[in-house]
Amino acid sequence: MRSTKRLAAGALAAVLGVATLAACGGSDGKKASGATGDKTVTLVSHDSFAASDAVLKAFTAQTGYTVKVLKSGDAGAALNQEILTKGSPRGDVFFGVDNTLLSRALDNGIFTPYTAKGLDRVSADVQLDRAKHRVTPIDTGDICVNYDKKYFADKKLSPPQSFDDLIKPEYKDLLVTENVATSSPGLGFMLGSVAKYGDEGWQDYWTKLKANGVKVVDGWEQAYNTDFSGSAGGKKAKGDRPLVVSYASSPPAEVIYADPKPTEAPTGVATGTCFRQTEFAGLLNGAKNEAGGKALLDFLISKKFQEDMPLQMFVDPVAKDAAVPAEFTKFGAKITNSASVAPDKIAKNRDQWVKTWSSLVLK
Amino acid sequence: MALPAAFFALFFAWPVAAIVGRGLKADGVWQFARLGEVVSDPDIAHVLWFTTWQALASTALTLLIALPGAYVFARFDFPGKQLLRAIVTVPFVLPTVVVGTAFLALLGRGGLLDQLWGVRLDTTVWAILLAHVFFNYAVVVRTVGGLWSQLDPRQEEAARVLGASRLAAWRTITLPALGPAVAAAALMVFLFTFTSFGVVQILGGPTFSTLEVEIYRQTAELLDLPTAAVLTIVQFAAVGLVLAVHAWTVRRRETALKLVDPAHTARRPRGAGQWTLLASVLAVVALLILLPVGVLIERSLDTPDGYGLGYYRALQDAGDNGSFLVPPIEAIGNSLQYALAATAIALLIGALAAAALTRRGGGRLVRAFDALLMLPLGVSAVTVGFGFLITLDHPPLDLRTSWILVPLAQALVGVPFVVRIMLPVLRAVDGRLREAAAVLGASPLRAWREVDLPLVRRALLIAAGFAFAVSLGEFGATVFIARPDHPTLPVAVARLLGRAGDLNYGQAMALSTILMVVCAVSLLVLERLRTDHSGEF
Repeated sequence: MRSTKRLAAGALAAVLGVATLAACGGSDGKKASGATGDKTVTLVSHDSFAASDAVLKAFTAQTGYTVKVLKSGDAGAALNQEILTKGSPRGDVFFGVDNTLLSRALDNGIFTPYTAKGLDRVSADVQLDRAKHRVTPIDTGDICVNYDKKYFADKKLSPPQSFDDLIKPEYKDLLVTENVATSSPGLGFMLGSVAKYGDEGWQDYWTKLKANGVKVVDGWEQAYNTDFSGSAGGKKAKGDRPLVVSYASSPPAEVIYADPKPTEAPTGVATGTCFRQTEFAGLLNGAKNEAGGKALLDFLISKKFQEDMPLQMFVDPVAKDAAVPAEFTKFGAKITNSASVAPDKIAKNRDQWVKTWSSLVLK
Repeated sequence: MALPAAFFALFFAWPVAAIVGRGLKADGVWQFARLGEVVSDPDIAHVLWFTTWQALASTALTLLIALPGAYVFARFDFPGKQLLRAIVTVPFVLPTVVVGTAFLALLGRGGLLDQLWGVRLDTTVWAILLAHVFFNYAVVVRTVGGLWSQLDPRQEEAARVLGASRLAAWRTITLPALGPAVAAAALMVFLFTFTSFGVVQILGGPTFSTLEVEIYRQTAELLDLPTAAVLTIVQFAAVGLVLAVHAWTVRRRETALKLVDPAHTARRPRGAGQWTLLASVLAVVALLILLPVGVLIERSLDTPDGYGLGYYRALQDAGDNGSFLVPPIEAIGNSLQYALAATAIALLIGALAAAALTRRGGGRLVRAFDALLMLPLGVSAVTVGFGFLITLDHPPLDLRTSWILVPLAQALVGVPFVVRIMLPVLRAVDGRLREAAAVLGASPLRAWREVDLPLVRRALLIAAGFAFAVSLGEFGATVFIARPDHPTLPVAVARLLGRAGDLNYGQAMALSTILMVVCAVSLLVLERLRTDHSGEF
């Protein structure tokens, strides 16, 4: 055994050597947050958070704080990690609680109240915690059915526009949606039907939708990139569903990320099928750098960040003075009649709704 | 033994126990009633049944398809063998979401099978099983083939001379010798498929669910820790049972064998029978592995203006795409750094554990430790990840935001590979050789270097290859603490696939192709590392 130990010491040294080498490849000080003093502010978020380098640098120039971003899984997983580590958070600010998860976040008390500077420029109807300001609204997005323009033009059929249209026989076997239990657009679309048809009616609606041949896959990536015939990926995969549950901002993305750029978007939005998602950020309870966190929250609703955000995350700004990019207005759709459900109602019924939906649609 | 045990306790046992404990203990009272409630839920029973059933079927199918491959790679010489051996390991590193795409293209509507015979396998259990074979083919070929290539063929020849038929000679000489390696491979495939997540989600559709998927949902999405804890215990029980069966079957089998240099055992196939076998194995590899991989490569080149490298060129600039603060191409360097660190840790811990397990004979404690080391393969990644969050949060061990957590978590999955691949070979080393060396005055370290190392070098390299590949393709742990300025390849692929638009999709395919090339090249380099002073033994 002595030999094993000696070998261990030598090998351990070797490992540490390799590890140090690997660490040297990194560009920044890879210390745990908090050990880096007060000049770093850590933003914890879900996988979809994105901001351009220039904007983050502008924040540093303005305040002296460097932003470190930590991403941890999808929106639900990221929030639940914060709830688990309540009181000893991994960062200072959390971004990415949406209205479907808001009550869970507030009930668990993971945020410290803070009224961000410039909140008066944000419309009141997205400020869902106006009494206490534990969270600050940052962006909104609409979950809507997208349609493949070419398919409907070829068939000389007008695309569906509303929830009611989707259960009509001419749209049989055309829609693909996502599993409510595992996908946020899937959940949003289901909540949209709850808002439209009420606590009793939505189940009946889904029974009809199922009879009309709705296809359910597990996640947005598969629905959009494989089954939907209107997207770039779906065309390659020979997708055969001209209707998909996606976002109002998906058509602009199809144009922006195409080379050469088409003059019009290949897909359109069924404007009467939308559910409004609002994303919030908040100062984490027990943050090591509260001052930096507050400065970051101010910055997240500043004009600079709000105007950078749409083309980074494909969401709409909440600040009234932030201009929406031209691509959004030209290729997207302005949604005025988006459905919504109160956050506490979602929190109360969510599990039961998901269970009911699963037994209705998947079995 | 102390170091592997400490590593295991700190980075696996403690976090898992903590998260399970938190789930079972509400308001300071142990909630054992939850156990009964959850286990008796018919939905959960159904999920458990499906999980076990598909894992057993996948394991059997993988063995059936891959064992002839192991023989061919061990005993035959043919041009391009090394390259092909590296290529069959490529699936191992691919993100499941990408593999799902490729399989849907072949098995789904309008796919190849559909066009040829009008057969569609997507959303059937067959798609899941085939994808599992695709992922795990290399496990069997490399684990079993590695030992097979070191068995002395002269023993079988001697038996033939003494009048045994070909089959009898194989059954009495080779099969018993291979037993432990086959069992080890089967165990690993079972554990992998038992905890399958992405494959089941994408190819099975939402109607199929495994225990792993349920645990993820209960933990990460619903934050229902009590249910997740019970499910984790159920998972433990099932995995423990399998480990017990494995230990019981292998216990009396691992004997000293006469190992030779693999270079002497492989030769060109002779006769129609051997050529046919070689051809059929190559055909299987082409259909099962090269075809799906080919689909991905084809899509990565299929730009709107004809075939070309446009998507690859796009990878070189970060553009105004804020998901990446660096060009996606830089993910290659990040991935390699993590993989090197993870491989070094896994080799160190795994080799020490394997050495300890060999020296200590077969005491009950040692066997238990051996089984424990396998557990990380059979426990949900999200359980370990969330366990890390609530245990490693105090200095000096506040590793939650540290980069070292990634290779540590990946090494947890790498260690079982190292142990399982090295153990059959180490146990086959004749102890009398070590004794002879000691009698001649060699220190234990020197004896190990002169006796064990030359014999286990090959196993060590195969194990290193797996540890490397595991880390390269690992997604779960990386996603937890991936930094935007340090994406790994699989994380970058997932990010690109998560956005609409042609360029994103194309770049995701291009990056997946690069990931495969990086994996194959790394493995080829590892193969070349074999120094050529392996003399006669």
